[in-house]
Amino acid sequence: MPTVKSLDDLKKIREEALKKQQLKETSGKTDVIVGMGTVGIAAGARETLKAILDMIESDNLSDIIVRQTGNIGLDSFEPIVQVVLPGQEKVTYGKVNPEMAKRIMKEHVLAGKIIEEYRIEG
Amino acid sequence: MRELALHILDIAENSISAGASQIEISIDEDLQEDFLNILIKDNGKGMSPETLENITDPFVTSRTTRKVGLGIPFFKAAAEACEGALVIESQMGVGTAVQVSFKHSHIDRMPLGDISGTLLSLIIGTPEVNWIYKHTVNDNQFIFDDQPIKDALDGLSLCEPEVMKFIREMLQEGIHALYKSQSQPIISEV
Repeated sequence: MPTVKSLDDLKKIREEALKKQQLKETSGKTDVIVGMGTVGIAAGARETLKAILDMIESDNLSDIIVRQTGNIGLDSFEPIVQVVLPGQEKVTYGKVNPEMAKRIMKEHVLAGKIIEEYRIEG
Repeated sequence: MRELALHILDIAENSISAGASQIEISIDEDLQEDFLNILIKDNGKGMSPETLENITDPFVTSRTTRKVGLGIPFFKAAAEACEGALVIESQMGVGTAVQVSFKHSHIDRMPLGDISGTLLSLIIGTPEVNWIYKHTVNDNQFIFDDQPIKDALDGLSLCEPEVMKFIREMLQEGIHALYKSQSQPIISEV
């Protein structure tokens, strides 16, 4: 029975990740939330979420929790992305395409700078 | 929505909203018998017979933020346009199963699309749910259950880049292998 990957590989990954976490000071985790209701999905929310996941993988970003949620109730602004930095208020962005999502990751999630032009009341 | 994978994502979101702790997605493709069947089954709160009766009506939704739910009616219309059907079975306190069938070769059948992208979004985005994925193409089968992965991680986040890469590659490789013609059937299980 050919298995592509084994759980032993995963255990090694776990050990490495825990070592890395011990080396750095933990300042808490950042939440990135993507709205995944019917309207969000139809507007491209999966591609927006995928762009965020791709960036975490390609840039090797730790301590970010990506969550998805159902309908946020702001249909005309879908896809919606919300960012919560540790100890800070939730910031809501609207009509977020994959390119915008990458910019939000770079400037807000990593550098702490809110992108006002993408921001909506949420 | 122009991919079956996006419709599957939408139905799975309903299961999450129904409070399911385990959600199974099955895709069964048979090119000889010419069908593509999809099953999304959850152990969520279920629906009353009354809600169930009205669920394919575009003006029914359990949501309170907006009054119109269009996901299921659209999916049903897509199946019926391809000599298929959409059937929902649900029981209060037990769960819901949505079965959708298509004629595989039907000219109007939308492509499956980025199913690994759909699965990754669901698995990473809702770690509290146990996700099970079964995909059969003729004699080849891929079975994925995220519980052993979560057990091996022992509390480490699925969002860690190396973990995400592991899961993404596991899904992509497993699904890709289904479509290779083989003298021996491929059965991979995680």
